[in-house]
Amino acid sequence: MDVLKEDQVLDCSGMLCPMPVVKASKAIKTMEVGQILKMIATDPGAPPDMEAWSRQTGNELLRSMQEDGKFIFFIRRMK
Amino acid sequence: MSKSDPNARKRLALIASKGTLEWAYPPFILASAAGAMGWDVGIFFTFFGLTLLKPKLTTQVSPLGNPAMPMKMPFGPDGFQNINWPIPNLLMANVPGFEGLATTLMKQTFKNKGVATIDELRDMCVEMDVRLIGCQMTMDVFGFKREDFIKECEIGGAATFLEYASEADVQLFI
Repeated sequence: MDVLKEDQVLDCSGMLCPMPVVKASKAIKTMEVGQILKMIATDPGAPPDMEAWSRQTGNELLRSMQEDGKFIFFIRRMK
Repeated sequence: MSKSDPNARKRLALIASKGTLEWAYPPFILASAAGAMGWDVGIFFTFFGLTLLKPKLTTQVSPLGNPAMPMKMPFGPDGFQNINWPIPNLLMANVPGFEGLATTLMKQTFKNKGVATIDELRDMCVEMDVRLIGCQMTMDVFGFKREDFIKECEIGGAATFLEYASEADVQLFI
């Protein structure tokens, strides 16, 4: 797996629905188109929710993975 | 889809009709999640839901209508916290101070688990320009004035909401 370099990190550990998607949307709006946001969450609902959020907003979910009990997402701002 | 503008953003139209703590969550959670997805969102606050537009939120848990509501203890060891305490409705409705206790327990449990407060979710909705519509008829019936509610809301009636909802992709009554 190639290494993705993030431009900004957002830690949503300990937060439950709907905070991970709300925080992600706020964070991505502060970034430039093409930049990558790395988001960390512990809510087991985050993986399906981040996929839905990405489909709805058009921001690309480059990678969704699990590491040390945490969910990690790489999202590219598309527009 | 019968939208007049096919390129319009997706729209969510909610009716919030209940004013208790546990029922205040669904409209604000759905509204803020939809806002985060770039949707256009409006909530019509009617009957007991209208109190969710007061500047100072004083929502309480109501056990009525939640038969044998499971309560969890927000303190103590994990095993103890994981026990469900099914409390019969008859008991809940008749013990003085039960609502206060249930509210305290639920608020503490939510906090421990990382759930945002109603105030935080409502602030988020305001920040996302969610349209908050207070029901004029409910105001008239219960004797509320415009200044009893947050300045970010607007006041309207059934027609205002229906016109908005007629262009919505998702409409829910809560």
